[in-house]
Amino acid sequence: MNYLVPLPVILPLFGAGATLMLSRRPRAQRVVSLSVLLAVVVIAAALLVRADRLGPQVAWIGAWTPPLGISLVADRLSALMLLVSAVVTLVVLAYSIGQGMTGDESEAPVSIYHPTFLVLVAGVSNAFLAGDLFNLFVSFEMLLFASYVLLTLGGTATRIRAGTIYVVVNMLSSALFLISIAAVYAATGSLNLAQLAQRIQDLPDSVSLTLQMLLLVTFSVKAAVFPLSLWLPDSYPTAPAPVTAVFAGLLTKVGVYAVLRVQTLLFPDSPLSNLLMWAALVTMVIGILGAIAQSDIKRMLSFTLVSHIGYMIFGIGLATEAGISGAVFYVAHHITIQTALFLVVGLIERRAGSTSLLRLGGLTRLAPVLAILFFVPAMNLAGIPPMSGFVGKVGLLQAGLDVGSPLAITLVIGGVATSLLTLYAVAKTWAIAFWRTPEQAHETALALPGPGEEADLEHPTVPMVRHRGHVHAGGTAYAAADLENARLVRDDEAPDRDLYQLLRDGELPDRLPRSMVLPAAALVGFSLVFTLVAGPMFDYTDRTAADLVQRTPYLQAVLGGSVR
Amino acid sequence: MSTNVSLIVTASALIGCGVYLILERSLTRVLAGLLIMGNGVNILFLIAGGRAGKAPIEGTADAADMSDPLPQALVLTAIVIALATTAFLLAMAHRSWQLNGNDDVQDDVEDASIRRLAAADEASDSHDLATGGDDDEVLTEEGA
Repeated sequence: MNYLVPLPVILPLFGAGATLMLSRRPRAQRVVSLSVLLAVVVIAAALLVRADRLGPQVAWIGAWTPPLGISLVADRLSALMLLVSAVVTLVVLAYSIGQGMTGDESEAPVSIYHPTFLVLVAGVSNAFLAGDLFNLFVSFEMLLFASYVLLTLGGTATRIRAGTIYVVVNMLSSALFLISIAAVYAATGSLNLAQLAQRIQDLPDSVSLTLQMLLLVTFSVKAAVFPLSLWLPDSYPTAPAPVTAVFAGLLTKVGVYAVLRVQTLLFPDSPLSNLLMWAALVTMVIGILGAIAQSDIKRMLSFTLVSHIGYMIFGIGLATEAGISGAVFYVAHHITIQTALFLVVGLIERRAGSTSLLRLGGLTRLAPVLAILFFVPAMNLAGIPPMSGFVGKVGLLQAGLDVGSPLAITLVIGGVATSLLTLYAVAKTWAIAFWRTPEQAHETALALPGPGEEADLEHPTVPMVRHRGHVHAGGTAYAAADLENARLVRDDEAPDRDLYQLLRDGELPDRLPRSMVLPAAALVGFSLVFTLVAGPMFDYTDRTAADLVQRTPYLQAVLGGSVR
Repeated sequence: MSTNVSLIVTASALIGCGVYLILERSLTRVLAGLLIMGNGVNILFLIAGGRAGKAPIEGTADAADMSDPLPQALVLTAIVIALATTAFLLAMAHRSWQLNGNDDVQDDVEDASIRRLAAADEASDSHDLATGGDDDEVLTEEGA
C-alpha cells in the first residue's frame, strides 16, 4: 500500500471544498489553492523518484481484495505526466491570481474559479493515475466538467457560443467512451487495465480490433487528432488566457496519454501503425496549414496545438521503444511550451489590448521583456536548436528513420515540413506583432477595403493583393471577418480600437503587472530546463518506453505475483 | 453468454433517436438527444452484465443466481454524471436564450466567414486588383 499515490487526487478535491467554503475570503482561497498545488508538485516529484527507483507504485482504494477494487497506478509514464502537469497548473494558478489581483476580470467570478480549477487538477491527476477504464472515464468527466465551467466563465455571448460546441462534442465523446466500456466489459468481464491486458489477448481478432477502434476514436476526440479536432480551434481561444493556457497544455495531452496507455498496455500486438501514422501526418499538415491562415494569435496557437499533437501520435504509431520514448519526451515538452505561449499571449492582450494581428505592432519597443518571453517559447515550438523542441523532434524523426518503412519516411518528411511551417507561422506573428510600428499597423488597417469594397487605387498607401475574398497585405492574409474588423479601426469613435489609437489616446496600462509576468517567465524558464536536462530526461523516457513495451513491470506491480 | 434481443433492439432504437436529435439545431433538442442516447448506452451496460438474476445482496440468494452488480454500479455513476450535465446544458440553453432570444447552436466563426466568402466570391473575381507597383506578377498568379 502506497499512501502517496492517491494524494494528487485527494488533496485538490479537499482544496476545492475548502476554497468553496472560503468563497467570501479571496485571500484565504488563494493561500489554500496555491499551497495545495505546491504540495501536489512535491508529491508528484516524490512519486517520480519512487517510480523510477522502485518500479510502479500501486494503491488499491477501499481495501477490497485485488483485483476487485479501484487501483491507482503511478509508473514512470504516469509520474512524469503528473509532475509536469502539477508544475504547469501551479504556474497557471499563480498567473491567474496575478491577473485577478489587478482587478480586470470583473466578468470572471473568482470565487468559482479556484474550486473549479482544483477540480480540474484532480481530474487530470486521476486520469494519469487511473488503473481501470471506468476510473479513467470518471476522471475525464471530472476534468471536463471543470472545463465546461471554466470555458463559460461569466457567460458572455462568445463564450456561450464556443462553450455549446465544446460541451456537446465532449458529451458525445463521453457517450462513446461509455459504449466502449460496456463493450469491453461484455467481452472480458473486467475493466482493470492490468487484467484487460491479459484477457484481451485471448479474444478473437475481430472483437479486440473493434474494442481498440472504439477506444481510439474516443481518445482521439479528446486528443484532437484530425479529423476529430475541428472543435478545438473554435472553442479554446474565447476563454480567459490562463484557462486557455491550461486547457491547451493539459486536456489534449490527457487524451494522448490515454491513447499511449491503451495502445501499449492493452493492444501491444496490434499497433495499427499505418492508421495512426496517416492520422498523425494529416493532423500535422492540416493543423499547421490552418495555423498559417490565422490572423489572430490565439487561434494561430490553437491550430499549432492540433498540428503538434500529430508528432506525439507519430511516435505512438511507430510502436518502437525509440518512437514511444520520443513521444513521451515530446508530450512533456509540449505541455510546458504550449501553456507558456498562451500565458504570454494573455500578457500581449493585457499590454496591447488585442491579440489580432490586424491591430498589433511595435511590441518589441513597447514591451521588450514581453518580446523575449514570446520569442523564446515560439522558437522552441518551431524546434530551433538547441532547445527542447529540437531535441524532441530529432528523437522522433530518428525513431522514424530507424523504422525506415516508406510511410515512416513520409512522416519524417512531413514532420520536418511541419516544423518549418511552424517556424513560418510564429515568425510571421513575430514580424507583424512585434517588429512593425503601430503606425504601420494602423495604416494597413485603414487601407484594407471593406468586404465588398474596392481598394483605393488612386492613392495606394499600402501594397496589397486581393484573392478570392482574402486580402494579402503587409506579409499576411486577412479574411472577410478581418476586413469587417478593420472597418472598426477606421471609425475613430468606435470603442474597439487598435494599438496605435490606444497609444495615441494613452489608454493602455503603462506596464504589465509583475504578478503576471513572473509566472509566465517562470514557465518559460521551466521549459528551458528541459533543454538543459535533455540527456537525463531522454534516458528517463527511454526507461519509460522500455517499461511500456515490456508491460511486465506494470502487470506485476498491479496484479502481484499472480501474473496469469 | 446469452443476450436478450429485446434489450439490444431497445438500446439501438434509443441511440438512433438520440443521434437524430443531436443533429438538430436547437440546444434543448440536442440535450434531449444526448439524454435518450445516454439511456440507450445504459441499457448496453445491462446487456454487458449478462443474463438477469436475483438482486445481488449477500445472503438473499445463491451467488450463482445473482445478476452481475458491477454494470449496475457503473450505470448508477453514469446516471449521476448525466444529471449534472443536463443541469449544466439547461443553464447554458437558458443563458443563450437570454442573450440571443433562441437556443440555437451557432455557427463556428470560421465557418460563418467562409460562407460570407463564398457569397462574395462572384463579386471578388471581377475586381481582383493590385495596388503598388511590385505586385502585378502576384496578381496574375493568384488571380488565375
